[in-house]
Amino acid sequence: MDKATKGILLDPLHEQNPVTLQVLGICSALAVTTKLETALVMSAALTFVLTSSNTIISLLRNKIPGSIRIITQLAIIASLVIVADQVLKAYLFETSKALSVFVGLIITNCIVMGRAEAFAMANPPGPSALDGFANSMGYSIVLIYVALFRELLGSGKVMGLPVFASVGDGGWYVPNGLMVLSPGAFFLIGLFIWVQRSVTPSLQEAD
Amino acid sequence: MDFSNKYVLGFALIICMACSALVSATAVALKEQQDANKLLDQQRQVIRVAGLAAEDDPLPQTEVDRIFQEIEGRVIDRETGEYLDIDVTAVDPLKEAKKPDLSVATPAEFKAAQVSRLSNRLEVFEIKVPGKECIVLPIHGKGLWSTMYGYLALKRDLSKVVGITFYEHGETPGLGGEIDNKGWKKQWRERSVFEGNEVKLGVVKASAPRDKEYQVDGLSGATITTKGVDATIKLWLGPAGYGPYLKKVKGES
Repeated sequence: MDKATKGILLDPLHEQNPVTLQVLGICSALAVTTKLETALVMSAALTFVLTSSNTIISLLRNKIPGSIRIITQLAIIASLVIVADQVLKAYLFETSKALSVFVGLIITNCIVMGRAEAFAMANPPGPSALDGFANSMGYSIVLIYVALFRELLGSGKVMGLPVFASVGDGGWYVPNGLMVLSPGAFFLIGLFIWVQRSVTPSLQEAD
Repeated sequence: MDFSNKYVLGFALIICMACSALVSATAVALKEQQDANKLLDQQRQVIRVAGLAAEDDPLPQTEVDRIFQEIEGRVIDRETGEYLDIDVTAVDPLKEAKKPDLSVATPAEFKAAQVSRLSNRLEVFEIKVPGKECIVLPIHGKGLWSTMYGYLALKRDLSKVVGITFYEHGETPGLGGEIDNKGWKKQWRERSVFEGNEVKLGVVKASAPRDKEYQVDGLSGATITTKGVDATIKLWLGPAGYGPYLKKVKGES
């Protein structure tokens, strides 16, 4: 693997992480992370949409007129999101009910349009697909981390299976209600950002 | 790069065509599976509200099919309460309520539920499981933000409530959203429903004195949602809703 490809693949996981460094896609990182299962499905949906939208837009990049490029990107992204939403409704009905509008809101997820505009419009399909996939993974890592701790601390479960027996079920663990609410996700993302920037000081912004 | 206006228009047109083709193809291809899911979801709700399975029982398709052998879905005429000889899956009262020729405007005295029209045909589910005979009625009405859709299960002799559930609503999480809270739903069980012909089952404000025989404590911080639930109950159990049908059922039992 040459250095450029490696950069495309690895940067979004850490040094250019879309959620914690570029602070994009935060809304869904708060909304769908009370349970690990919804976070996983959301990650899968975003991976599908972002990888395919990057590929398609990159294939068309020399044909898209500059004057209507944003709306063209949006039309392509929106169609892919509807496809993802329909598939979820057909095969993962329960989870799609829990995700409610948030699958649809992938359309407005800044990561998707951001990658289309910043990368896919200027690079060939191969690297664009990789870039889309890598950014989805960067997003997924954060989502899964947040959801794992929110579910564990907020309800004592992982993937719906009890890990800490909660008081409600006759156990010892008192669920931390704060974790189920949005502020819980903010704390977790904040901790992630802190650890990440301490490990790699070059990521710290100048005061 | 410069593109002529003609090119731009043509390009936009082609993108639109391609995208709409993709979207419609998916929607059509997956419709059957989605409808099956919806039906399964509805059947699960009916089973749970009737107390035939635990709240967190996942109820796979085979289990649902087994239990549903003892549940009969019927279509009734709202005004007369008579059974109609139509398959229950062929009728969608929520859709029919939007069509002027299949529905009527809600009478003024039930305006509080903010349901604008009532369909002429309604669905009911009669549970025939020995010892657990009850009737499940689909209900809906408006809370603070949204229309709340749910089911109400009554004992076959209409003496008591078996359960209530709201499967779709957009009420404030933590406040009105607590209408799908297990603890609150539990309060409904074993309440009496009618006093004579009057519907006495309902919800009162959390702090107000209540008639424990018939009334459920409201949710604090959710006055409007709770009023909506109360109005919904009064509407659907009343003469404009399932009233005529319930009268018939009572006569039989």
